[in-house]
Amino acid sequence: MYNFDFHRPSTLRQANGLMGKLEDAKLLAGGQTLLPTMKQRLASPGQVVDLGGIPELAGIEQKGRNLVIGAMTTHAEVAGSALVKAALPGLAALAGSIGDPHVRNRGTIGGSIANNDPAADYPGGLLALGATIVTNKRRLAASDFFTGLFSTALDEGEIITKVIVPTGAKFAYAKFRNPASRYAMVGVAVAKKGGKVAVAVTGAGSDGVFRWEAAEAALQKRFSAKALDGVATPSAKNLNGDIHASADYRSHLIGVMARRAVTTASGK
Amino acid sequence: MPKVSMTVNGKRVSGNVDARTLLVDFLRNEQRLTGTHVGCDTSQCGACVVHVDGKAIKSCTTLALSCEGANVTTIEGLANGQDLHPMQAAFRAHHGLQCGFCTPGMIMAAIDMVNRLGFNLSEETIRENLDGNICRCTGYHNIVKAIQAGAAAMGGLKVAAE
Repeated sequence: MYNFDFHRPSTLRQANGLMGKLEDAKLLAGGQTLLPTMKQRLASPGQVVDLGGIPELAGIEQKGRNLVIGAMTTHAEVAGSALVKAALPGLAALAGSIGDPHVRNRGTIGGSIANNDPAADYPGGLLALGATIVTNKRRLAASDFFTGLFSTALDEGEIITKVIVPTGAKFAYAKFRNPASRYAMVGVAVAKKGGKVAVAVTGAGSDGVFRWEAAEAALQKRFSAKALDGVATPSAKNLNGDIHASADYRSHLIGVMARRAVTTASGK
Repeated sequence: MPKVSMTVNGKRVSGNVDARTLLVDFLRNEQRLTGTHVGCDTSQCGACVVHVDGKAIKSCTTLALSCEGANVTTIEGLANGQDLHPMQAAFRAHHGLQCGFCTPGMIMAAIDMVNRLGFNLSEETIRENLDGNICRCTGYHNIVKAIQAGAAAMGGLKVAAE
């Protein structure tokens, strides 16, 4: 890893000031992706601004019908939160499926979504749940936030402060994980709220997380795994293929994971 | 070089380090606590697991400077003089190691497991929670037995060694 100048602000205001002033600065959340990337010299920022010392960025609250999750909340905290388990057990389970226990003690929701790895778990879950990403400048719907492979709507230096997740949905996330990396080879998140169903697919799309509209239409008519029989899975043309799984295999897995998620979400 | 201060195994320590210094390198090279190992250096193997503020983390994927003011426990901080920690004793009694390289991380992960999940751990729970720790010798069988017994011993229960 190349050396850098290190900053550890204790307030969001200080962090914002640093990001406005410093050149070639990178935000460090839990570091579970950024540090390995820097070790490989795929990233070599001159300045690193560590968000770990800012208490206002951590914690989980229930506010009305929403869960409000601070950007620096770790995966282990989301997975173990009594509030999340009560309101959206599928989201707690999603967080508990990321990486391994030690990685979950460092990795954060804000870091995960800012990186928007196409095989990460949170993007699919937050897209299906219709979450809102709050930054130091604005609020963005998840559907506007995730814009492609490793890319988001965030501006240079913009800091995610929290994620607002509406509760009240029947929600589940089913993941076929790569046993070595623990990333999703395919992950499907299903949320049903009132008559509306959202199905989001991660790990497969060649342009990152996406909604599977054909499945949504079928599930809106009948919320059951059987409703997906006869619905063609997304075309392999738009999916990733690599040494772990071909695009055709991923296409098939999307159907399998979607059925599992629907079954879990409907409590059967 | 920036200065970092933390508490390691109950002792206040500080040092001037390159910003890029990983926690594991600070512990091994500056503090001479070489019980914490670097296996893969890519967050896979868990040989570097230590506790930071009571939680197991991979010290090869954490900057030393991010641990300013933190309370760090390494494998060297477990025994009480000549008396092994119950989890260490269980690894010895159950032959939970062969070459021993992964063992410090295994034991730190095992104690974290007990802290999170209690003293009565099923084999399935232990195997699932060893996701972040790789052993290339044992096939895990005796590690799982050791953790089950060590957890019970931490809770004051007795499990017969086989």
